[in-house]
Amino acid sequence: MKRRPGALRSAAPHTGGGPDAGTVLDVDGVSLWLSGRKVLDDVSFSLAPGEFAGLIGSNGAGKTTLLRVILGLQAPSAGTVRVSGQPRTRRGSLIGYVPQKILLDPDMPLRARDLVGLGLDGQRLGIPLPSARRRQQIDEMLEAVGAGRFADTRVGLLSGGEQQRVLIAHALISRPRLLLLDEPLANLDIASEQDVVELLGGVAREQQVAVLISAHDMNPLLPVMDRIVYMAAGRAASGTTAEVVRPEVLSDLYGQHVDVIRVHNRILVVAAQRGEGLDVPEPEPVVHEGA
Amino acid sequence: MLNAVFEPGFFSSSPVHVALAVGGVVALVSGIVGSFAVVRGQSYAGHALADISVTGGSASFLVGVSPLWGFVGVGVLAAGVMDMIGIQRPRGRDLATGIVRGAGLGLAALFLYWDTTNSNVTGATITILFGSLFTVSSSLLPAIVGLSVAAVAIVAVLYRPLLLSSVAGDLAAARGVSVRLVGLACLVAIALAVSLSAMTIGTILSTALLIGPAAIGLRLSSRPGLAMAWSALAGLAATWLGVLLAYDSFYWPPGRHGWPVSFFVVTLIFVGYVAVQGITTRVRRA
Repeated sequence: MKRRPGALRSAAPHTGGGPDAGTVLDVDGVSLWLSGRKVLDDVSFSLAPGEFAGLIGSNGAGKTTLLRVILGLQAPSAGTVRVSGQPRTRRGSLIGYVPQKILLDPDMPLRARDLVGLGLDGQRLGIPLPSARRRQQIDEMLEAVGAGRFADTRVGLLSGGEQQRVLIAHALISRPRLLLLDEPLANLDIASEQDVVELLGGVAREQQVAVLISAHDMNPLLPVMDRIVYMAAGRAASGTTAEVVRPEVLSDLYGQHVDVIRVHNRILVVAAQRGEGLDVPEPEPVVHEGA
Repeated sequence: MLNAVFEPGFFSSSPVHVALAVGGVVALVSGIVGSFAVVRGQSYAGHALADISVTGGSASFLVGVSPLWGFVGVGVLAAGVMDMIGIQRPRGRDLATGIVRGAGLGLAALFLYWDTTNSNVTGATITILFGSLFTVSSSLLPAIVGLSVAAVAIVAVLYRPLLLSSVAGDLAAARGVSVRLVGLACLVAIALAVSLSAMTIGTILSTALLIGPAAIGLRLSSRPGLAMAWSALAGLAATWLGVLLAYDSFYWPPGRHGWPVSFFVVTLIFVGYVAVQGITTRVRRA
């Protein structure tokens, strides 16, 4: 029996069809307990090819854990995850992954092109033989993400935005169907933030790669986001921004009353004062400019 | 003229031949494996493994086996124990390393005490701590070469997964690499390298041979493979030059005894690092 993805808490059940009808990612009723705590609570949603989705929530909402479950690094306690219809064990090459900011010593002898090369065949054994074709493939990928300029610079010497570009190239070069990015906008200045968002929007559109990007602030993603997966306390609501970012939906998700304010093309989610008009004893510590 | 550099008998002396062969092989292995130790932030683990291998070296005098097997056996065993009690967690790493190192050195203290009191092995302590490149038996050469090839083979086969998991563990795990298994294999390679160098150039100095040339290599090239090649070359140059200087020093003051070869090797590595550091910093600034 397959429940409709996102049916439980989705503001509107999404219209992507069943898991076989060309969905790239299908998360169905995923729950996870870690040391007695329910970290993920019946999360369901799916993504179509080329769809750009934001995984939004404050720290501790379960975003990184959900990404780890999708990657297959963490087995869920209940529910299933399928990537292009493949179960957990065969997902590797289907997913490109950009982890949270990496910390590399400037002394680490690894150039941007070396890291991108590891995206091509980093899991293989033995020493890679230099080949013109391999080099060309890496050069093209670096150019595609605007990283050609620093192809021969050590990764540890690059700025945050430059590192993101290299990591995105690393994730994309194996031609995945799904690209997962964990807080790629954290610690970026506004200009690099917009650059990276534009780049990812283009990748989703042109290469028909489904992109799922976690962030604590939805606003930088609003121009390109087709779908939002909003998380609070391990629960998730999925749909378009207009469907999900509404007081009724988010109040249900947070378990307390929240208001949604739209101002200057930005969306703010604001919680009521603790206890005000609520009988929730210990409300989730909410919000958050922009969350 | 040539005699001033190569004192008489250098090329015909058989201990010199063995020292050049053993020292050269061990330097190459330390340079290559050491690069991974540095890149993966496991310098301390390498240092600890060298210390712990002393336990095996000192025990071998008591039970009458070749020190080689004592050093290597206990070194590899310690690598396994470190992995078992949590070296794969970044925070647990220093803790696991320190705990195993402490336990190992405690045993080493006991064995060295027995070596010097009960068994009458004169010079065991000096030999174990400061090495004996000129006294290595040529019969051990095949075993040393074999173990060295094994250590290099491990890091060569795991070259890409090791680099990838050094960048970020999750990045490698997401591609289906068993990060823990790869980490354990690397630690075993480090254990082999340091226990070989502990036996030959001495425990106290083997860290210098593991870390020093690697530090020189990653200063000289931004490419991982090339940095490792420079590292191996730097280790080899320091070791061979060290053997030559030690041989020549038989003719130096204060007495006709010769200075310890390990002293020359680590001093050359140190001087090399400072020089390379100075040059590359100046080049980067220019």
